[in-house]
Amino acid sequence: MTAVLGVGLLALIAVSALALVRTDDPTSLVISLSFYGLLLALMFFLFRAPDVALAQITVGAIALPLMVMLAITRMKHREATQQRKKKQP
Amino acid sequence: MKRNHRLLLFAVGALGMAFVYCAGARNLPPWGQYRGPYGDAIAQLAVYQRHATDTVNAVTYDYRGFDTLGEEFILFSAVTGVMLLLRPEKGKSGEDEEPTNPASFRDRAALSETVQVFTTAIFGFSVLFGIYMATHGQLTPGGGFQGGVILAAAPMLLYIAENTDAFQRIVSHPLVEFFEGVGAAGYALIGVAALTMGAAFLTNVIPLGKTGDVFSSGTIAAISACVGVEVAAGFTLVIFEYLREILSHRKGGEE
Repeated sequence: MTAVLGVGLLALIAVSALALVRTDDPTSLVISLSFYGLLLALMFFLFRAPDVALAQITVGAIALPLMVMLAITRMKHREATQQRKKKQP
Repeated sequence: MKRNHRLLLFAVGALGMAFVYCAGARNLPPWGQYRGPYGDAIAQLAVYQRHATDTVNAVTYDYRGFDTLGEEFILFSAVTGVMLLLRPEKGKSGEDEEPTNPASFRDRAALSETVQVFTTAIFGFSVLFGIYMATHGQLTPGGGFQGGVILAAAPMLLYIAENTDAFQRIVSHPLVEFFEGVGAAGYALIGVAALTMGAAFLTNVIPLGKTGDVFSSGTIAAISACVGVEVAAGFTLVIFEYLREILSHRKGGEE
């Protein structure tokens, strides 16, 4: 039973990793990254490593996507500010 | 380089990779089995020696506590680096820059009430869960690092719910920087405390207590709490540094 679940999960991880690298839009990328992180956490849990699973949830599914999202927000904000400056010299 | 050449180069690389991978995977232990003397030894010794039921944290915060101290300061210097890079130069920005209308870069769709209610409702829960995780690392899976990240992510729920004022009051609080330092220093000081008692650096010198209690396992619980404080404050600082400009503009736009 566990073996079937494990193989299924590993296959799902492989598919979502492929989907992750083929995502172009940065915002969708963050969502895929978070989903991928969650799948990895599930895998660690299934392989009886709950500590690693918790670290993976917090880092892979929360902290990393959050940092990427924050960086994107900041860049968009910078662009908006600079365009405004150009318009009113 | 022509397409054929590139494909040939890829084929050579892929074949080599496949060979090395198969050679590596051939000798893996069977599904769900573990071959290593140290894991079994630690699993049998940790409860007896350290009164900690979560062996993983007994290893990270005690048996190899010195490595974790190094990792702790990697995070500390990373946070410091982000702050150095993102902190606005004094007197340069903010005064001559025109405040941007926040609506120009925000998502156009209005925030749904469901998101607002849900995020506000789980805010308290996630703070509590973060504290629980950071203080129960010695008993159950989790620990200071995980708890700290959960604690730092909690204010982001307020930001998502567009309760921006409350979010800003939390993340821009001057005590956040203080706690970042206290957490990092606390870990090192617990190690030094052992030195003053004549033991080696980071020796578990605090009384171990009763196995299964919150206040058990000596320095493991104390270090886990320190790490929790440091990680929570560190991540909060990084989040604030990223959003500082946007927050100040949003405020300027309203006034």
